[in-house]
Amino acid sequence: MTGTGKTMIHVEGLTKHYGNVVAVAGISFDVHAGEVLGFLGPNGAGKTTTMRILTSYLSPTGGRAEVAGFDVFTQSLQARARIGYLPEGTPLYRDMTVLEYLHFVCDVRGIPRGETRTSRLRRVVDQCGLGDRLGFLIGELSKGFRQRVGLAQAIVHEPEVLILDEPTSGLDPNQIVEIRQVIKQIGQEKTVIFSTHIMQEVQAVCSRVLIISDGKIVADGTPEQLQSSAQGQMEISVELEAPAAEAREALSRVEGVAGVQAVASDAAPGNRHRFLVLARPGADPRAAIFRMAVERRFVLTEMVRERASLEDVFRKLTGGDSSANAPS
Amino acid sequence: MRNITTIARRELGAYFNSPIAYVVVAVFLLLSALLFFNALFIQGQAELRELFNGFWTTLLVAIVGPAISMRLLAEEKQNDTLELLLTMPVTDWQVVLGKYLAALGLFAFAMAMMALFGVSVRLLGPLDLGPALSGFLGLFFTAAAYIAVGLMTSSFTKNQIVAFILGVLICLSLWLIGKVVPVFPPWLQPTLDWLGADSHINNLARGVIDTRDLLYYATIIFSCLLITQTTLESRRWR
Repeated sequence: MTGTGKTMIHVEGLTKHYGNVVAVAGISFDVHAGEVLGFLGPNGAGKTTTMRILTSYLSPTGGRAEVAGFDVFTQSLQARARIGYLPEGTPLYRDMTVLEYLHFVCDVRGIPRGETRTSRLRRVVDQCGLGDRLGFLIGELSKGFRQRVGLAQAIVHEPEVLILDEPTSGLDPNQIVEIRQVIKQIGQEKTVIFSTHIMQEVQAVCSRVLIISDGKIVADGTPEQLQSSAQGQMEISVELEAPAAEAREALSRVEGVAGVQAVASDAAPGNRHRFLVLARPGADPRAAIFRMAVERRFVLTEMVRERASLEDVFRKLTGGDSSANAPS
Repeated sequence: MRNITTIARRELGAYFNSPIAYVVVAVFLLLSALLFFNALFIQGQAELRELFNGFWTTLLVAIVGPAISMRLLAEEKQNDTLELLLTMPVTDWQVVLGKYLAALGLFAFAMAMMALFGVSVRLLGPLDLGPALSGFLGLFFTAAAYIAVGLMTSSFTKNQIVAFILGVLICLSLWLIGKVVPVFPPWLQPTLDWLGADSHINNLARGVIDTRDLLYYATIIFSCLLITQTTLESRRWR
């Protein structure tokens, strides 16, 4: 559930009100060195607000937050010096070239000109694949490249904590994969928090997921933990070559099966029928289903365990799907 | 200090990377040249007093000042780049001062061009250097104050046009107050006279450098920068 390293981000009872609107309602969490934390939640859940508080852009209404041991409010400059931040939408100075911009960031970040800076710049340019774009105006770059410049400025000072607000939004699938790889690579050494609403991204990149809804944390764990907790009972999709009614009957009598549902499928030709089998809690009736099929001389053409996707978890926890309650 | 110069350097770069700086400087030089040569040829005065002496020039600076500084914060708000800048390890004050210095630098550049007017007067006749320099200084201080006003209004909005118009309005009010002093009750007159830009720039144009006038400019500049900083800071609490 947690990384092995020391606590890099410590958030305690954080609240933020905008007038009467509660954006963040008292959240607490820790992030440890070497963790890549996916920050999930519907729009307006409080992700961006939380990130803005961590980066000292906003002050909390209540509670406190520490980054790398520094309070983001009272020791703001020290905390900021240890954070690399990429706000949503990658706001960069469009009138500067990539190289000019990176030099500007180095100046502000206090990386001395000369050997140190040259090697740092070379490294991030390499890492973000900006080699042949250095002389381009940022405003002329494609969105994917602009995103890479945004990442480059966030990591050039080798921060201990990286905070990325929807780093892949608006990119095409190829660009998304590339940016994810960069994040993953960075995440091997640094602590990373990034927000997203793409679930595959979480599975691809994160070692831990925090789901936030209406300003509150509704789930916290590895992607696998969240999936299994949301699932509770095993669901198995079975396709049999057998008379429909008979097959259904037989399936429901298999040990450990709680219910059987016929699934209409155009893809099943002739005599094939598809069923969704719901197992009793804790039971795994797959072996029994196979033996039943052999005994009854049904042809078992397919048997797949249905996994609750993170999308399902997300919808259940954030109230997008009110009919289903997460059994946890 | 390092952060201030870093920010100032970027802003100056941004000025010269875009057409705004050139347009503003060109308009300023063109109009001030018009005022100057009007004095030189029509009125036959080989001096710079007309250029620095109140009315038209102050009016011109009241427009050019906010035009220079309108983009400083409004543009960054519009493009959301302010968030990234303010989350870097720089204080809000450093951002405000860096931006202010850049705008001042651009105006200083325009004034350096104006020095050519002085050279042409020198060619035509003896130039009274003392009043010329103090007039020059007066113009610079007035501009410094009006640029600070423009920076302040730029922090109020993400719309550069709104920032500009608001800035010009405030500058014009400061300028106008000096003109309409007699209309007000006597007890208010000294304050208003002090508040108006007119009396101060007139002193400097005459070659009189008075600490009270310098204090006037310093007060306006400091108040505007303080309000700018407070406005930036207020984002945290809203």
